[in-house]
Amino acid sequence: MSKMHVKMKVNGKEVEGLAEPRTLLIHFLREDLRITGPHIGCETSHCGACTVDMDGKSVKACTVFVGQAQGADITTVEGLVNPDGSLGVIQEMFREHHGLQCGYCTPGMITRAHRLLQENPNPTEEEVRFGLAGNLCRCTGYQNIVKSVLAAADMMNAQKEAAE
Amino acid sequence: MIPAGFEYHRPADIPSALAILQQHGDEARVVAGGHSLIPMMKLRMTFLTHLVDLQDIDLMRGIDIAGGTVTLGAMTTQHELITHDGLAQTLPILREAAHQIADPQVRYMGTVGGNVANGDPGNDMPGLMQCLNAEYELQGPEGTRNVAAREFYEAAYFTARSDEEILTKIRIPVPAAGTGYAYEKQKRKIGDYATAASGVLLRVEGGTCTEASIAMTNLADTPILAVAAGEALVGSTLDDAARAAAVAAAVDAIDPAADNRGPIEFKKHTAGVILRRAIDRAAERAG
Repeated sequence: MSKMHVKMKVNGKEVEGLAEPRTLLIHFLREDLRITGPHIGCETSHCGACTVDMDGKSVKACTVFVGQAQGADITTVEGLVNPDGSLGVIQEMFREHHGLQCGYCTPGMITRAHRLLQENPNPTEEEVRFGLAGNLCRCTGYQNIVKSVLAAADMMNAQKEAAE
Repeated sequence: MIPAGFEYHRPADIPSALAILQQHGDEARVVAGGHSLIPMMKLRMTFLTHLVDLQDIDLMRGIDIAGGTVTLGAMTTQHELITHDGLAQTLPILREAAHQIADPQVRYMGTVGGNVANGDPGNDMPGLMQCLNAEYELQGPEGTRNVAAREFYEAAYFTARSDEEILTKIRIPVPAAGTGYAYEKQKRKIGDYATAASGVLLRVEGGTCTEASIAMTNLADTPILAVAAGEALVGSTLDDAARAAAVAAAVDAIDPAADNRGPIEFKKHTAGVILRRAIDRAAERAG
């Protein structure tokens, strides 16, 4: 099969490459672009470790062909840092509240939490749990992940108020 | 988990998509959100040589509510069903059902058209569309035709749609004001298909049930419209005996298979429990 010319924006930067149509977005990101934040966990659309933001939607990059992402605007966990390179709010709250143990699911958790908080800046604990239901963690029991996301919501709202 | 190779197409309109399907016959498949098809391709349980991505076809997008009909473009995602304000007012059962499908990431990609067209008995929307008496618009080389959801499903993965047709729109008659509704689903975990699920619409006038529509999901190789179950409720005051008769009729109409979600007796039992909850909730909401 001939390769296709793929162009998309990843973390604010225009990128392009040649890929077979059967290439999954997660492999294009990790192997062609060397963006290794999004992880391959189950590779069967269950675990959410490969979650990236694509045109304002949280998607599992193991279940998207590279052609489907043609022209898309993609954000990975690397794109959620502050402009100066320091940890972004959600990342910082995961650190502060110990929202990870082995860390394998964390890029997916944080990327998903980013979209969740964009859509719902004041989620209840139940809404956070429902909103993260597509991301599995085998270490934490989720308690500290939920705590981290709720703390990130508070912090983001406080920053927004301070800016106004 | 890498699928076999294929050519990727992204046509801009329906005639172009149909031309690709005609040219390649059953070696081509259309893809909407891809969250049923792509996993099957990765497992190499589905093979195709031409993948036709429908995402650029504007005509297949959008939610329109007018003249007592809700029209959904087939490419409408489950996430859009959940977040659309007009639908929440007009047809809240769609939101209730969509919330119980898969997980957030899958709902951003998964479409209502893919869900109804695939013919997978595990999908929730086919049963719901039978409950709502929806109609599917199919466009093919011979033109456009409409098929009732209640006539669409022939067997697991076999439907009235031919290989050269694309399911483009879904039309749903808006139930009368005050119609009670519920979509209830039992599943083992988030993201799983139903062990049993049921959609119920009930209309109550002057204390008497005047209309009832009941459909069951993943309890046979097609969705089951439980006509006798609905008839058991119509004319009653929705008393306990009528509800129990409806449950018995629905359990009699289903034909579940034993699998990793449980043996047949368990599924029949679960179906009864789920339907009873759905009837109870729909009855509470009616009026």
